[in-house]
Amino acid sequence: MQYTLLILVLPLLSFIVLGLVDSKWSPKVAGTIGTLVLGIITALSYLTAWEYFSMHQVAGVYEKVIPYNIEWLRFTEFLHINLGILLDPISVMMLVVITTVSFMVNIYSLGYMVNEKGFERYYAFLSLFTFSMLGLVVATNIFQMYIFWELVGVSSYLLIGFYYTKPSAVAAAKKAFIVTRFADLGFLIGILVLSFYSKTFDFGILTSGNPSVFASTVGVSFMGVSVMSWALGLIFIGGAGKSAMFPLQIWLPDAMEGPTPVSALIHAATMVVAGVYLVARLFPLYIVYAPDVLHGIAYVGAFTSLFAAVIAVVQTDIKRVLAFSTISQIGFMMVGLGVSGNGGHEGLGYMASMFHLFTHAMFKALLFLGAGSVIHAVHSNEMNHMGGLRKYMPITNWTFLIACLAIAGIPPFSGFFSKDEILSACYEFSPYMGVTMTIIAGLTAFYMFRLYFNIFWGKEHKHEHTPHESGFAMALPLVFLATVTVFAGFIPFGHFVTSDRANYNIELDTVVASISVLVAACSIALATILYRKESAVPKKLATTFSGLHSAASHRFYIDEVYLFITKKIIFNNISKPLAWFDRHVIDASMNGMAGTTQWFSLKIKSFQSGQVQQYAYVFLLGTLAIALMVIFI
Amino acid sequence: MNFLSLFVLIPALMMMGLFLSNSRKQLLFFMTAGASLLMIFSTVLTYMYFTERAAGNAATMLFTADTVWYSAFNIHYSVGVDGISVAMLILTSIIVFTGVFASWKIDPLPKEFFLWFCLLSSGVYGFFISTDLFTMFMYYEIALIPMYLLIGIWGTGKKEYAAMKLTLMLMGGSALLLVGILGIYYASGATTMNILEIAKLHIPIEMQYYFFPLTFTGFGVLGAMFPFHTWSPDGHASAPTAVSMLHAGVLMKLGGYGCFRVAMYLMPQAAHELAWIFLILTGISVVYGAFSAIHQTDLKYINAYSSVSHCGLVLFAILMMNETSATGAILQMLSHGLTTALFFALIGMIYGRTHTRLITEMGGLMKVLPFLGVCFVIAGLGSLGLPSLSGFVAEMTIFVGSFQHTDLFHRVLTVLACSSIVITAVYILRMVGKFLLGKIQDPHHEHLTDATWFERISVVTLIFFMFALGSAPFWITNMIHESVLPVIGQLVK
Repeated sequence: MQYTLLILVLPLLSFIVLGLVDSKWSPKVAGTIGTLVLGIITALSYLTAWEYFSMHQVAGVYEKVIPYNIEWLRFTEFLHINLGILLDPISVMMLVVITTVSFMVNIYSLGYMVNEKGFERYYAFLSLFTFSMLGLVVATNIFQMYIFWELVGVSSYLLIGFYYTKPSAVAAAKKAFIVTRFADLGFLIGILVLSFYSKTFDFGILTSGNPSVFASTVGVSFMGVSVMSWALGLIFIGGAGKSAMFPLQIWLPDAMEGPTPVSALIHAATMVVAGVYLVARLFPLYIVYAPDVLHGIAYVGAFTSLFAAVIAVVQTDIKRVLAFSTISQIGFMMVGLGVSGNGGHEGLGYMASMFHLFTHAMFKALLFLGAGSVIHAVHSNEMNHMGGLRKYMPITNWTFLIACLAIAGIPPFSGFFSKDEILSACYEFSPYMGVTMTIIAGLTAFYMFRLYFNIFWGKEHKHEHTPHESGFAMALPLVFLATVTVFAGFIPFGHFVTSDRANYNIELDTVVASISVLVAACSIALATILYRKESAVPKKLATTFSGLHSAASHRFYIDEVYLFITKKIIFNNISKPLAWFDRHVIDASMNGMAGTTQWFSLKIKSFQSGQVQQYAYVFLLGTLAIALMVIFI
Repeated sequence: MNFLSLFVLIPALMMMGLFLSNSRKQLLFFMTAGASLLMIFSTVLTYMYFTERAAGNAATMLFTADTVWYSAFNIHYSVGVDGISVAMLILTSIIVFTGVFASWKIDPLPKEFFLWFCLLSSGVYGFFISTDLFTMFMYYEIALIPMYLLIGIWGTGKKEYAAMKLTLMLMGGSALLLVGILGIYYASGATTMNILEIAKLHIPIEMQYYFFPLTFTGFGVLGAMFPFHTWSPDGHASAPTAVSMLHAGVLMKLGGYGCFRVAMYLMPQAAHELAWIFLILTGISVVYGAFSAIHQTDLKYINAYSSVSHCGLVLFAILMMNETSATGAILQMLSHGLTTALFFALIGMIYGRTHTRLITEMGGLMKVLPFLGVCFVIAGLGSLGLPSLSGFVAEMTIFVGSFQHTDLFHRVLTVLACSSIVITAVYILRMVGKFLLGKIQDPHHEHLTDATWFERISVVTLIFFMFALGSAPFWITNMIHESVLPVIGQLVK
């Protein structure tokens, strides 16, 4: 499968070319090149998927294929960074997801971004992002993953800050980068610890299940926790940063300052699930060496999911609602992994999590692109400036509705299947977890339909221009993604991606399914009553629970806490005193030495007056003194 | 004649040429640029010859030569290069070349400026090719003195103060160094000052205890080791662009190179025993420099503190004493040299247009200076360790290498040093966000013109090498790795 190299090389070339020509070519040409390249690699990815899933199964188990693996940087005899391509079920699935969404976003942007300044720059960055993300998922070793992990971080920074003259976008980009960088520090230290004991970066060896790899970790612990838990826990921090898990979720809502197609691609479908992918990639290690960390991941995921869902209920900026919904859904995926066992039915959670990743990428990208279409029409992000748009934007309306039904978990849309399997896995893990996640699923259905009705139904808002449906370039991706969303649930996912890479037949758990559908239906009904027509009830509710409402709309003041830590503590209480200390203590002591020398020389310089009389006087006195000393002593 | 002598000879001949030529600025500029290009060719030749021969025995010195020049003290003019020196020569020739291109507009007294500049570069080249302790020390002094004049005459701001401070502090360092070198010579009982010969002898451990700290601190002052780093912010801030570039880019590397080549190599036992003290000091440098940079508002100060942090990492890695971290240290010298030179070049160019270096007085410059802006962002990303740029390769080699220690102390320090990658990101992005992005603050900045051709040559060359080192590190890592082995061999013995 040598051609897989092209999947990486083409977007890189596209980035270099578009980046170097800058604005010398017309925007149309740049957009076409970017989109064309994406089209080619999408086709190649599908070909890879087809070839891989049809031909690389040995005795019912998918094998790992490594068409390329070259040594790039050697540290020691065992530790060296390789750059290569690893094909296994999850990486192939990710190839399909990333190229599909990226391709759609590229097409969509031809319509959405056409009047923006820096169109070439935009496409260059998109290509860079696609390259980095693809490099991340096909990484053959953990350090390669880290390299591309950083590159996606930078592409995300560049794209969030695309409107670089807007201060809020600049601040958001900076925040996103620094928060994820902080998390990456955990990832890096985790890699260092892991590789120190295993003497390898290679995923093949790490996840081979061979106990001798980690023989040196047996019984080694630090501060009462085993080193493997430390390593894997630290690595998870990296994943939590990228995937916006509590308490590192603060950057994602702000990242919505970027262009909407970027939010769809990076901050909904692909980059933010990198953390989930990381845990899935190292899943064999988590399950064997650090089940406690894995359970921790489940609890973190569940809490984040609940937390974000509550906030999403009261947000009024439609992109922020979607951002919190993304955080909540990633929480679902994390929970899926956290509650999973290994192999066969035990590994249901793993499979479900990957399935949800797949379906979520499609319908969340659809939601964001739909939101973009709305924003394009009414020039506002605020829910209050919308309403009644279904008459003007029929395609957007229908596709958005499909996506809402999918995320709410209504059969037969794709979200129903994947979410339902996660719920089944949760119930098997513990009933409390199951119930919590079902409640969150209900909340999801509620806030999504609150969003839907507020945009497309309710009272019409006066607009300067009559809103109109978007053009072909923007409508096509909507329709395509909606089609995928409708049918993706019927993919027999257990035949492709499972924890042990063997086939597994999914059976629908009818009890769990009917409960979750019932909860979702009730939530939707409630949202319909409250928001379909303008009513005073939501306002009343808001005033009744004013404490909770204002806390949730301020995102539970987590941002303020961070601001306090960074501004007050780090900037004012560490950095400022240190800078002062440097100037007024360290430097002053150096200057003090110079000053002392000068003072001393001032004191004794009168000896060198240049007056002969004085010299003669001192000379005589000296001679006399010596003479007296010689005589008397 | 020995091939390496060219490295000292070309700048010396160049000085003579400049001295005799008339004072037309263009002519002076092209003469110096031509000479620096010649130096690049010489380094390329050295590099090619070195890698040709390297198969298997890169550890031994190449082009060695030995001539007595003061027999009373056994002082020889002995030269030779190994992979580390070749790497440093490459760095020096790049920085000198780009530095010349950044000095196109130097005013007043261009002739004198280029004269001193050539003297400075010949001192640096001489330092890297010497294998004799005394000759090395002499070149070190040659590199130091012109700095005083270059800053004092062509500098900006409090230039007299800065020039005096920088020179005095570095002189203080070299005083320690001289004692250290003489101590090594006498304690080893050698009949030569050649480093390679002394390394074969054994210096009594009690003597090492005296002279290791002296030598290490002496070089450490130049490597901006805490608490002897304060010359760096003031000196760099006042120096003219090319001098800042050469100083931060190359001269600070003399410190790291000397610590490794002299202090560690010749006194391994004391290095083992006393490393922990210096590890703590350099560890402080790494984090302290980064935190101090957050609070600065002057672009040059930010970069100077950033240099303290990054150069601290060089010494930190050297003290970790294994082959991976030592390789990382040399890579970090290269990487920091390129990155910081790029920073200073760009800061100089931007200052030449806006006449301010305070980030609070600028904003939105990306819009009017897209080329310089983009290059600045690339420099920033390189500095914060983006993969594909040189900083990543160097830092990761250091971290992975340092973490291979089996005892907890070294590993905990490594983790603390790692945290600098986050702090670096904070001050870099703060700086970029404040003065490049956002809205234009000063209406006078609306009509600035972007980089000229000679500025572009300077900047693009540096960026090219940053990418070359960061994307395809193997062309240089193997060479360095094999050359650190003899020193590490001494240390683990």
